[in-house]
Amino acid sequence: MRPENRTSSTAPRNQAPIKSPGHVAAHVGPEGRGRVGDSPLRPDGTLKVAGEFAYSSDLWIDGMLWGATLRSPHPRALIRSLDIAPALAVPGVVAVLTHEDVPGVKFFGHDGTLDQPVLAIDQVRHQGEPIALVAADHPETARRAMEKIAIEFEVLEPVTDARAVIADPERHKVQPLGGITRHQPVRVGDVDAARAQAEVVVSGDFEVGMQDQAFLGPESGLAMPSEDGGIDLYVSTQWMHNDLEQIAPCLGLPEERIHMTLAGVGGAFGGREDLSMQIHAGMLALHTGKPVKMSYNRYESFFGHVHRHPASMHYEYGATADGKILYAEVEIVLDGGAYTSSTLNVTGNAASLGVGPYEIPNIRIDAYGVYTNNPPCGAMRGFGAVQACFAYESMMDRLAAATGLSPVEVRRRNAVSQGSKLATGQVIESPAPLADMLTRLEAMPLPPAADTSDIRNLPGGASQTTHGEGVVRGIGYGVGIKNICFSEGFDDLSTARVRLEVIGGEATVLVHTAAAEVGQGLVTLQAQIARSELGVRKVTIAPADTTVGDAGSTSASRQSYMSGGAVQKACHAVRDELLAMAERKFGSTYGQLYLDDGYVVSRWNGIVGPIEKVLGEDVIEATREFHHRPTQKMDPETGQGNSHTQLALCVHRAVVDVDTELGLVKVVEMAAVQDVGKILNRLSLEGQIHGGSAQGLGLAVMEEIVVAGGLVRNPSFTDYLIPTILDMPPMRLDILEHPDPDAPYGLRGAGEPPTLSSTPAIVAAVRDATGKALTRVPVRPEHIVA
Amino acid sequence: MRVNVTVNGSQEAVDDVWEGESLLYVLRERMGLPGSKNACEQGECGSCTVYLDGTPVCSCLVAAGQVEGREVRTVEGLATAGRRDAAGDTAGRAAAGHDELDPVQQAFLEAGAVQCGFCTPGLIVQSHDLIERNPEPSDAEIREALAGNLCRCTGYEKILDAVRLAAKRKASAE
Repeated sequence: MRPENRTSSTAPRNQAPIKSPGHVAAHVGPEGRGRVGDSPLRPDGTLKVAGEFAYSSDLWIDGMLWGATLRSPHPRALIRSLDIAPALAVPGVVAVLTHEDVPGVKFFGHDGTLDQPVLAIDQVRHQGEPIALVAADHPETARRAMEKIAIEFEVLEPVTDARAVIADPERHKVQPLGGITRHQPVRVGDVDAARAQAEVVVSGDFEVGMQDQAFLGPESGLAMPSEDGGIDLYVSTQWMHNDLEQIAPCLGLPEERIHMTLAGVGGAFGGREDLSMQIHAGMLALHTGKPVKMSYNRYESFFGHVHRHPASMHYEYGATADGKILYAEVEIVLDGGAYTSSTLNVTGNAASLGVGPYEIPNIRIDAYGVYTNNPPCGAMRGFGAVQACFAYESMMDRLAAATGLSPVEVRRRNAVSQGSKLATGQVIESPAPLADMLTRLEAMPLPPAADTSDIRNLPGGASQTTHGEGVVRGIGYGVGIKNICFSEGFDDLSTARVRLEVIGGEATVLVHTAAAEVGQGLVTLQAQIARSELGVRKVTIAPADTTVGDAGSTSASRQSYMSGGAVQKACHAVRDELLAMAERKFGSTYGQLYLDDGYVVSRWNGIVGPIEKVLGEDVIEATREFHHRPTQKMDPETGQGNSHTQLALCVHRAVVDVDTELGLVKVVEMAAVQDVGKILNRLSLEGQIHGGSAQGLGLAVMEEIVVAGGLVRNPSFTDYLIPTILDMPPMRLDILEHPDPDAPYGLRGAGEPPTLSSTPAIVAAVRDATGKALTRVPVRPEHIVA
Repeated sequence: MRVNVTVNGSQEAVDDVWEGESLLYVLRERMGLPGSKNACEQGECGSCTVYLDGTPVCSCLVAAGQVEGREVRTVEGLATAGRRDAAGDTAGRAAAGHDELDPVQQAFLEAGAVQCGFCTPGLIVQSHDLIERNPEPSDAEIREALAGNLCRCTGYEKILDAVRLAAKRKASAE
């Protein structure tokens, strides 16, 4: 097979930064010395631009079979009979497997709740649920054989209304755990007493549609029987060790006989936190004794991973006449679909962050996650905080309107700062300069009026739907707060192994973790950290696999913090051992040694020598685990507790032009201010903010998996629209660095926050242009012209 | 069936092709050229973009039989053979070739236009074509030319930077 890429960093090259000719200053370079704070090139970048990077769907080995998955066409049905014989009879078919062939445990689940069948047993609970597997010598043969599997279904009425489940959980059980997955209340102060004092009361009902991660690389991978009777798995995932914990019991193998290597990952955004084809390919490989490749097409991908929970929310705020919020009463209902996935924690996030980064003395929140026969929902960038953010920011605009304050001013008056309490009672211990961020955002220059001489600048663009008539500009603001790292008492950890040796006369570092590079640039950052901590130039990042300890998930904006922290810690251990070695080799008279830019130096006697001289033929290797500070579970009755490790803020301003006659929206510009604690790699960081903002734009005006009666109506990129380069406007960024003393380098996780605040900012801008209430995202033309 | 096609300058005869296969499938699974990507396989995402007789097409929408006797150029065929050291790559499979990246490839790398990279090959071929046809594209022209290429990671800002940078470098090199 093609080997997994072994990515390597090169010695940094000095290059002058290149000025962008664009009207918005976008940052390019500089590489610097490739240390923390510089923007060196991605070590995997050359392979990626050359088309030679091995993604999971590119893997190929002689004699491999292709796997295919038969999925349920119904959202809810009993399986009365299932006949695989016609499929087995197709020439080229090697195996057809059902739940009876699952070698071990028949259920899995990534958050500790094992409620999802590997293959449906006697019923299906959502459209697209896997029922049977086929292995054949050609992918088309496998797909055609799959269609010959004969199944008799008894179709049942699906449960599709999340609110009906809350009203009567027992009557709406779609699976044994059924009903309400989690109800998390938050109780602070006395809402009823505060209501009596409120001079202004605003309320609203809000909805968020089901968003898809829409990563471009399909779910795919290769499973190969190994010599020890186990399986070698090459897959794209976000958290190999968590995969392993689920795969091994189902395959009936001990974990040590499943060897996982991360294949190239074509984006993730939460959608690869749950298993897709891992167990299935493993079953087919074990059964046939041959390597098996599986690769979903885009249609199947829409059924092959969980989505963002759709939400239905009711909010009521009371405030003083001058805009100070006195109370918040909130109900958030999240539809988790048929299986648990991440719903427990998504619900927790929605509850703990339900009123956002505002000081509110009296709070009553009830957040619910429920089971239905809709497609299963789980992790997606923003994870429960996105849904609440759309509602609480919409409420801030209502409050602004009711009090006559500007949208920015009403937010500033209620903004948290360092020392403020969140709804959970947790005190924000590190800087949270929200009021200042809003002031900076408001002061950023606004784009000029659209140049109507070029029709491409108008809503509808080259489709020539307007020449400027009916077009109105609007401006809106959004604020978001996101927890960074895993919360609620989870012992979140990452492991790094760092090896220092002299290769070809040069001190070289090998960094090995199981952390998933999904595009965000962790491989670049790991090398930067090693260069900074050890003063070397040459760093190689080993392929991520399970021969090294758990790195935790590439999610919750946590890998810079956690795996970055682990690499830093392991580098420190290597450094300490190097200095001890220098003591041993060159005598204790040197004393008080330290490492400076690749040299071991004595405080008393000056330079001892370069790392190469100290090391000689020796090799130093250290493996270290990094844990963040412990957190607490939310109290089940009151929601109180220090449940989060770190909190991150981002604020957005959106400028839109709306064709008010046709309901078409053109986002003209987005501006963002984000506090990241410390800029580790500006180029990558800006890419995260741009990309996160684009996904928020998608949710604001176009992205929704449309589900009717439990059936997905638009499982394709023809019908599920994600932003193109024509939809995404130029962005202005103002990145702040207020360090978090608890975090490595003072950093603050940065990937998710922009996904929160961009959505409400855009919707607020459309409201500003149209005067419409717009209580649901994505906003559609019919909402604007209605 | 057998398909005779010139791919990246090399004349090839590909055997055992089933009539239902796309050019994308033949490139990826029969010719060992997986650089062209399979993100949607229905012509919506542009990740499989290749040159067919000099015109960018979605290779997923081209039936294998349609390329008989024609010329295909993929992302793997953009770099200049033999001199990739310029890109500064020292390890992995790419080290073997030491090809020199095309300025468009180099600009994508330097501008931060690559994150997960799955859209990158298609965007590079499409951008390459744009700059060939229009050496000094305006932002509006870049956006129009790349409107058929989806990227989920970057928000496109760094992609615009990359195309501007590549155009500038190509212009100054001529």
